Amino acid sequence: MALMTYAEASWASLRASMLARPEVVVVGEDVGRGGIFQQYKGLQQEFGAARVVDTPISEATIMGAAVGMALAGLRPVVEMRVVDFALCAMDEIVNQAAKARYMFGGQGRVPLVARLPIGLWAGSAAQHSQSLEAWFAHVPGLVVVTPATPQDNYSLLRAAMDCGDPVIYMEHKELWGLQGEVQDEAVPLGRARVVREGKDVTLVTWSRTVHTALEVKSSKSVEIIDLRTLWPWDRETVFASVEKTGRLIVVHEAVQAAGFGAEIAATVAEELGVPVKRVGAPRIPVGYSKPLENEARVTAERILQSLQ
Amino acid sequence: MARIRAFENAAEEASRGSVAAFGASLAQSNIRGPLHLSTGQEAVAAGVCINLEKDDYVTSTHRGHGHTLAKGASMERTMGELFGRATGFNRGKGGSMHIADFSVGMLGANGVVAAGMPIAVGAAHAVKIKNEKRIVACFFGDGAVNRGPFLEALNWAAIHALPVLFVCEDNRWSATTATDSMTAGEGALARAAAIGVQGSEVDGNDVFAVDEAARGLISEVRSKGPRFLHAVTYRFKGHVSVDAAGYRDGAEVARALENDPLALARKRIGEADARRIEQEADKEVRRAVQAASDAPWPDARDAYRDVQDTGSDQWR
Repeated sequence: MALMTYAEASWASLRASMLARPEVVVVGEDVGRGGIFQQYKGLQQEFGAARVVDTPISEATIMGAAVGMALAGLRPVVEMRVVDFALCAMDEIVNQAAKARYMFGGQGRVPLVARLPIGLWAGSAAQHSQSLEAWFAHVPGLVVVTPATPQDNYSLLRAAMDCGDPVIYMEHKELWGLQGEVQDEAVPLGRARVVREGKDVTLVTWSRTVHTALEVKSSKSVEIIDLRTLWPWDRETVFASVEKTGRLIVVHEAVQAAGFGAEIAATVAEELGVPVKRVGAPRIPVGYSKPLENEARVTAERILQSLQ
Repeated sequence: MARIRAFENAAEEASRGSVAAFGASLAQSNIRGPLHLSTGQEAVAAGVCINLEKDDYVTSTHRGHGHTLAKGASMERTMGELFGRATGFNRGKGGSMHIADFSVGMLGANGVVAAGMPIAVGAAHAVKIKNEKRIVACFFGDGAVNRGPFLEALNWAAIHALPVLFVCEDNRWSATTATDSMTAGEGALARAAAIGVQGSEVDGNDVFAVDEAARGLISEVRSKGPRFLHAVTYRFKGHVSVDAAGYRDGAEVARALENDPLALARKRIGEADARRIEQEADKEVRRAVQAASDAPWPDARDAYRDVQDTGSDQWR
């Protein structure tokens, strides 16, 4: 279609879903003004304030109302600004959205997409810089998506809008300006992408660290896999790669301890019996000052060290 | 009201020895786990729901059997759910705390205090967006007024002028703590008024009074926007069925029993009609208990159904 930023790709994707499905609505703070990352730019003007609904700063009720809307036949997109703020809506995500279909015995469904951007956001300190994707991957009933490129942000958001179950859609807070070619092509949920082929070691990652991994200058031939969807995660693609390379390293920006990398590493070790490694952030909050913040970063150098 | 009373009594009986809480021991029983009874509060559910259409929505609380039955759900399938059987509304996946019958607009009881309020507001918002005629009756307890979603949901309904009747079913007790001792200011109705949601207080034990108040407010909800009904009643039983509620003052309980909503209604409608209604309710509940006892259990494989479609074959 065109060269687009990561934010523009999500905008074009959502607009396409809104044109295709009258039941798609947007709820959240500041969406009428385009959202703080401009990912909703002009949508209220185009589709009206009834479908692009400005809300008070009431995260619990933004999420809970979206559950009610979904049970009553709409397909809401829930704007939570950043994952850190969605913690005010954890009951509504975990106890309500994720459970409603199951505990009501399939009488109702919750086809919503909750946008909870993750990632270290420079200079934004401890309450705006978290990567909490593992929390949501842990909860039955949720699909968890982490797009790394403009193309995937277009295609995966469309897939999420069609999903029919609650999707925790986690863009990265520092990728909004990333540019790339975007085609109107379908990418199914749950399918990883081999970003670069290699034969010595499999590197599984997602979100921004896909790009960090590509910067690594290693003497080894590294096969890089962008997982794209964390739940369900693409075991087939990961296993096929590890069977070829015989080694796995999982890299993510989230705190390493109890991160989702542990799940992948453990599964691969259990099933294939190969050596596994993890690279994630130390278990510290993200500090404000640059030298402190840098300690929480997963850099190309740190990935390179773990490859040696 | 008589149907709800008969149901609650039968459920209480079937739950004996069900949870290892409040000093009771764990034993075999037809109803497992915590069972929150609305015995004594029947007039609120009945008086409000008599004014609802089948298409209207209801959201409920952990104490939701009465709302479910009053909205028109089958007693047999409600009891079947409490018994954990495949014939229950939720196919045994929800039990008492998550009882729901979407076919009559009953969008679910909820195990989390005040959690139904945002869902009610969202359902009402969907009604508005889709330009439908329905309204939502949102039941919650007096304990809910101290949770954040109470403020958020009322504010949301007010700014968007949504068709919601908020019903504070005030049974005076938040689990085992008197709500008054934990609530500052003038209480539920004053808090609603501060947000601009108008309403009234009613004797929640007088079903005729609840009916009249609800009728008036619901007509305003249909034409104007959210309204608030504060129905003051009393929880005859403990927090859960096996809670003897020894923490309550005996005189307070005795006063409440004198105001039994069924006895008040009996005075109004006469002994003969009351007895006929109660006998019918008893018959219905006996059939429901028998049907639930005879019903099949869910297949263990159903534990894996209706989790989610994407990745539906991936369990670990």
